[in-house]
Amino acid sequence: MSATHTIVNLPDQRTATMPKRTYINNEDGLLSWLLTGDHKRIAILYLISITFFFFIGGAFAGLIRLELLTPQPDLMASDTYNKFFSMHGIVMIFLFLVPSVPATLGNFLIPIMIGTKDLAFPKINLLSWYLYWVGGLFTLTALVLGGVDTGWTFTTPLSTHYLNTHVVTAATGVFIIGFSSIFTGLNFIVTIHRMRAPGMTWFRMPLFCWSNYAASILMVLGTPVLAITLVLVALERLVGIGVFDPNKGGDPLLFQHLFWFYSHPAVYIMILPGMGVISEVISTFSRKRVFGYTAVAFSSVAIALFGFFVWAHHMFIMGVSNYSALVFSLLTMLVAVPSAIKIFNWAFTLQKGSITFETPMLYAFGFLGLFTIGGMTGVFLGALGMDIHLTETYFIVAHFHFVMVGGMLMAFLAGIHFWWPKMTGRMYPESLSKLAAVTTFIGFNLTFLPQFILGYLGMPRRYHAYPPEFQVLNVLSTAGATVLGFGYMLPLLYLAWSLKYGAIAGNNPWQATGLEWQIQSPPLTENFIETPIMDHEAYDYEWLEHKTAHEVTTVG
Amino acid sequence: MDNAIVATHPHTHETAVPAEHEHVALPQHRHHFETQEQQREAGTFGMWLFLLTEIMFFGGLFFAYLLYRNWYNPAFVAASNQLSIPMGTANTAILISSGFFMALGVWAAEVRKKKLLVIFLVLTTVLGLAFLGVKYFEYKEKWELHHIPGASFDVSQFINPHAYGLKEEPLAPDMAQKTQVFFFLYFAMTGMHALHMIIGIVLLFWLTWRANRGEFSAGYVAPIENFGLYWHFVDIVWIFLFPLLYLINRHPVS
Amino acid sequence: MSEYHDPSNVVNPEHADHHIVTPVTYGIVFATLLVFTGITVAAAYVNLGILNPIVALAIACTKAVIVILFFMHVKYQSKLVKLTVTAGFFTFLVLITMTLTDYMSRAWGLW
Repeated sequence: MSATHTIVNLPDQRTATMPKRTYINNEDGLLSWLLTGDHKRIAILYLISITFFFFIGGAFAGLIRLELLTPQPDLMASDTYNKFFSMHGIVMIFLFLVPSVPATLGNFLIPIMIGTKDLAFPKINLLSWYLYWVGGLFTLTALVLGGVDTGWTFTTPLSTHYLNTHVVTAATGVFIIGFSSIFTGLNFIVTIHRMRAPGMTWFRMPLFCWSNYAASILMVLGTPVLAITLVLVALERLVGIGVFDPNKGGDPLLFQHLFWFYSHPAVYIMILPGMGVISEVISTFSRKRVFGYTAVAFSSVAIALFGFFVWAHHMFIMGVSNYSALVFSLLTMLVAVPSAIKIFNWAFTLQKGSITFETPMLYAFGFLGLFTIGGMTGVFLGALGMDIHLTETYFIVAHFHFVMVGGMLMAFLAGIHFWWPKMTGRMYPESLSKLAAVTTFIGFNLTFLPQFILGYLGMPRRYHAYPPEFQVLNVLSTAGATVLGFGYMLPLLYLAWSLKYGAIAGNNPWQATGLEWQIQSPPLTENFIETPIMDHEAYDYEWLEHKTAHEVTTVG
Repeated sequence: MDNAIVATHPHTHETAVPAEHEHVALPQHRHHFETQEQQREAGTFGMWLFLLTEIMFFGGLFFAYLLYRNWYNPAFVAASNQLSIPMGTANTAILISSGFFMALGVWAAEVRKKKLLVIFLVLTTVLGLAFLGVKYFEYKEKWELHHIPGASFDVSQFINPHAYGLKEEPLAPDMAQKTQVFFFLYFAMTGMHALHMIIGIVLLFWLTWRANRGEFSAGYVAPIENFGLYWHFVDIVWIFLFPLLYLINRHPVS
Repeated sequence: MSEYHDPSNVVNPEHADHHIVTPVTYGIVFATLLVFTGITVAAAYVNLGILNPIVALAIACTKAVIVILFFMHVKYQSKLVKLTVTAGFFTFLVLITMTLTDYMSRAWGLW
């Protein structure tokens, strides 16, 4: 890339030094971390916790793929397999995906991005982390005692009548994690409304804040419905209350309605913050303002709003009314619009940008491709006729893994790499991380593309054995999962390595425009020495160029 | 409160800051809020967001009620008529009074009258406990009549009401079984409401203790105000529960 | 906006000045609520047919609105809080109406 096209040159990092006082060394001792009110430290606590649970969930995924290597049930019995995919789902969704970007990157960055010292309620933020662990421990207890085999959906009457596994323990865990997520969302909404720095208007906020704000609305309004549903399931198991029991006059479909009223918006809770990360990354590495900033901002809110109107598309084959299914199918198509607005706007941001291919950008490109495939197949599944053929097959498994793993996890890793210098003050090793990004992308496609075909051919999900003609594709998928596993192990290793041996990053290694890049890395406990005053739009690279031209270099 | 708009430029900023802090900062003022007004509004807004989650939490139950009341209307009518209107009405009045004293408590805290505040908080607590007491007798009566859903649930009163001296229309046996759905919802909804009352009363003890130490009589009233919001929300849930559970078709003989 | 440092959010439309509600207002509200409780009990004994639940719910909603506006001070709060309260009830209505689309139309075309 020639210098005439690159508006901003990357700074020379050899001259960078670590600041003396940071949020990391401000106080010492384990207690100073466990009792902290600092949003950055809580973010780090969350990061460690969700990584722990990610690898637990990942281990289950590996075992599932291993069992599916051969058509026969040779590694585990059917009920063990059921427990494995249930625990994989529960751990990955409630303990990894839902808190992943908001609770780590969001916690760390939102206060800095809007120019304040902390979230509005630091104690509630800490409480949220403890609730996360209490919920996580309940889930782990259920796991150690012998697992749950309801699937992550706790479907009645399976969960209430036919199982002897630890449904109530796991449901309690999910209930408590729900509160953790409510408190995170509540904190973000209040912070974004009430704590913005002078001059930080709504339309000067980075898009990361917008998308986290939208996800927070879903957390606050959706999660309690899941909570009451799980309470009713637990009551039905424990004392025989029959709200969902047809024998006693209840309706099992009511469970489905209430459950998916949360769990469909939950999909957007998971993906929206990831989209925010992608906006930041793509803008930074194209050196351009995000194309159609306002449209991207509002599309986040639109996704959040539409998210509440489409849940019954999970229930098309469960006996809901045909007319209602028609309405929900049409409304489902509507969600594709704001998602497409985002994708197209990112594409136009790239157009004529000065694109560089740093690791976060590689992950972001992965996100764009995989999320688009995941989203388009979602439209397939939202169409009534196709859904009847494809639902409960591997097609749906591939679809939501494209959105959740290909979309969300790619975005999470993009964000972790992008802000790693800010969080730790050190760079990750560039070539190794590029290798990881490419490995993940290849491994992912190898794992899940065959599953689209498998599903289309009719292989049902949630079975531990399958007809022999499906074996080739399943072997491909398992091989891909192995590659994918390596792709995820690599960042864990080299990021840990970089904590001590990584190159010192300096304040703004990417020459990005966000407020978080204008302060030292790692930041001070109070973030800003004096309250910043925002006098330019977000992603204003000319402002940054002007600023860097006139400032005395303090990096060296 | 400090409502002045301070014109600020990057250079004058440092001098502008002290002007905002001419009043004495309260010890409860947290450092990351610039003013107490900001902190207070953030607190209220946060409390309201929490109440949104409560609306949706009870919302699921209310929808279940709506559905089954439409499906099993005769059973709901018959079962509802077994609830005691005097007790329900008395409880409504008790709870509204409790909310009234809570509101007065907020006022007392705002005008910094410590003794009044403590008195009002105690009255709120006592009435809250009275509500739970009445609820206990109602539950006990249901226990004696075998109207608690479960193995010992007895529908004979609904199949043959005349034998029990009731003027109800008898229900067909399968519809009579559906009275159990009403009682599921009755116990789930009033139970969840009572649970919120119990949590509220525990918090009230704590707040009364703090109020007695004078913590809320110096201009810092956020805990009282936000707890008030919670307490009134619990009132509102009961305001809906009362007509929905107790007052279905109270004119059986036509 | 960038010209001003406005920590108290005075120029922010999300801000409302603090307002202390007097005990007299609370008293009137309290009396109104008790009267409505009486009316709703009385109305339950009158056979209004389909109107019975409607009247009961209308009274309950009125009481709830009064509590929200005065006891919970929403009348004196910023537009933000008003919007928040509305959003909660709106989402609840979404839950009800969208679920009812299923239950109401389930038997259509089956007879």
